[in-house]
Amino acid sequence: MTKHFLEGSQAVAEAVARCKPQVISAYPITPQTHIVAELAQLVSNGTLKAEYVNVESEHSAASVILGASATGVRVYTATTSQGMMLMNEVIYNIAGMRLPCVMTLVNRAVSAPLNIWTDHQDSISVRDAGWLQIYAENNQDAADYMLQAYRIAEDHRVMLPVMVCMDGFVLSHAYETIDVPEQEEVDRFVPPYKPVYKLDPADPLTFGAYAEPDKYTETRYMIHETMRRALSIIPEVSAEFKKVFGRQSGGLIEGYRMDDAETAIVALGSVNGIIRETVDRLREGGTRVGCLKVITYRPFPDGAITEALGHVKNVFVLDRAISLGSGGPLATEIRSAFAGRRGCPQVHSVIGGLGGRDITEDTIREAIDLSLDGKGQARFLDLNKSLELEGID
Amino acid sequence: MPFGQTPDTNGEEIIRERNRTIERGQVEGMNPNTQVTEKARKEDPTAHLFAVGHTACAGCGQATAVRLVLRAAGKDVIVTNNTGCLEIFSSNYPYSSWEVPWIHSLFENSAAVASGVEAALRITGRLDKVRVIAQGGDGSTADIGFGALSGMWERGHDILYICYDNEAYMNTGIQRSGLTPHFADTTTTPAGKVCQGKPQGKKDMPALALAHGIPYVATASVAYPHDIDKKVKKALSIRGSKYLQIHCPCPLGWRHDTAIGIQLAKLAVDTGLYPLIEYENGKLTGVKKIARPKPVEEYLKPQRRFAHLFGKGCENIVAEVQQTADQNIQKYGLLSVSPSSAE
Repeated sequence: MTKHFLEGSQAVAEAVARCKPQVISAYPITPQTHIVAELAQLVSNGTLKAEYVNVESEHSAASVILGASATGVRVYTATTSQGMMLMNEVIYNIAGMRLPCVMTLVNRAVSAPLNIWTDHQDSISVRDAGWLQIYAENNQDAADYMLQAYRIAEDHRVMLPVMVCMDGFVLSHAYETIDVPEQEEVDRFVPPYKPVYKLDPADPLTFGAYAEPDKYTETRYMIHETMRRALSIIPEVSAEFKKVFGRQSGGLIEGYRMDDAETAIVALGSVNGIIRETVDRLREGGTRVGCLKVITYRPFPDGAITEALGHVKNVFVLDRAISLGSGGPLATEIRSAFAGRRGCPQVHSVIGGLGGRDITEDTIREAIDLSLDGKGQARFLDLNKSLELEGID
Repeated sequence: MPFGQTPDTNGEEIIRERNRTIERGQVEGMNPNTQVTEKARKEDPTAHLFAVGHTACAGCGQATAVRLVLRAAGKDVIVTNNTGCLEIFSSNYPYSSWEVPWIHSLFENSAAVASGVEAALRITGRLDKVRVIAQGGDGSTADIGFGALSGMWERGHDILYICYDNEAYMNTGIQRSGLTPHFADTTTTPAGKVCQGKPQGKKDMPALALAHGIPYVATASVAYPHDIDKKVKKALSIRGSKYLQIHCPCPLGWRHDTAIGIQLAKLAVDTGLYPLIEYENGKLTGVKKIARPKPVEEYLKPQRRFAHLFGKGCENIVAEVQQTADQNIQKYGLLSVSPSSAE
């Protein structure tokens, strides 16, 4: 293991390259582009032996990795925001065909209005597609999760695609000191891909047959069951990662100062850093508060989450995405996980950090202020009231 | 084995078993008279790579064309397919007519999926042994999938793209596509009091293919099986991107007697409305000559999609179609010098 001072995108590219994908396909879009440009350079230098397919759209980028994966090789793509919107159709298709594709989704807001900064709307919009989703807090996570993503996706008990989500700019363009894993260690942790099925004239198979109503439900059932099974496989892979690389990384959730907490803050992604700092400050003032980072969002770790939060009075879920007309997606699912249980916490939905707006200590203090509570409705943090907002008193 | 309990839960195992069953010619529910016998297989091993038992309409030109294409291509291919009639009538799970490795993903991405297949074969050093065929209907080729196809051509992937051109979105029930001919009556260009069917002519796909600088571009017709055989074999012998557009009658969409499909396809060629042309490295190297061009009425009349052109006052429209045919004859030099030099 050697330490390097790298941009988040470079860290991801270096990690991906060590997993030796044989076909890479991508289309440029900010803030994802640095990752694939870095990989293109590695291929161009001969460091990485891969076919790099420069496509004419994200729809084709996803289609190229679909075709290559079906032909039995390891694949990679990366995208963000509008790119994910354009890929959407293929994203569902890849999962339905049980192809273990791996991608990095650099999280960015979705247009309109056009906005290139981070929030989670893009990945949340495909949460139901059949891809596993893992959210990085920092660039070490983002790099490490790429290795784990291949292990999980290609596990014959899973055979589903995995999306590693990392916040745009905040992570993708931030420089940090990264432990870049040695090739030997990666080879040990991520062995060559062994497909269960592939397109091969020696054993001609039909991929992508169509299914009538008496069969379609079963395909959904099987993916769902596999997803639920992955809830035990993801921690397994995380434990093995620790054995090989010596550090804790991945898994389903991670709690901080939760043991005696009466209040908890729950979030996905990079914002967990400032949340932990705020928790420390609040603790200094005597508030019994902790936080819970949700690492794996699909499959949804409802059991682990309810266990971690069961003793808490008030849970504030900070969503960097919104189901417009409903509320925070993560908050909604945590509420649903507690539904029907006795003595469960009050789950409050707070929306913040959309379109790259900074989340500060003040934002988090506002988030857990019960006097401002939305009484079951989602509450927006840090609204800029000078903009004469429609609907605001 | 219960669903959701094993890594085989995506059902591909069932398809694999089904393929083996088809190979043995034992598909249940199939008419035993249409099953492929071992003897027939031995006599012509590549003739049945597109197996009988599919659910194409009677008289479907596309089904015949596919069979001819695979017969020419042989078994060492991987085929990608856009959504459309062909995909639906050949892959109703757990049945499959494909005795070659075959993948369908979406309506518009066959060319991109094939690009991925080709890249995977290239990086694993198998591209010499396995050829890649991407295919789609006219709508998915010329309209919704054109971006992906243009990308494939521009990157120069070693793929033969085949467009089965039955001149409309037939799978969704006869809607106009970019390759629907001028004046055709479709459900989205219905002939009415003020509209005489599709207002535009066919998109010139061969010209668009040529503009990408690819080494092989050709048209063919299901009425000329030897020509298809020759063109598929030649295309697969060439490295780089290839485009082959095959005219396929559709009794449902063209609304003609199922028995006369091949005659109609032949008339399309003999009138000059569907010129059979071949370009190698940008140069026109072959055309199917016509000894005595037939008047376009002979082609149009048996098809109800053109029935509205034969009412009172439509003579000038038929004349316009004749003009299109004449222009093709002129442009590609389709007239043979003497009848004896015709192919």
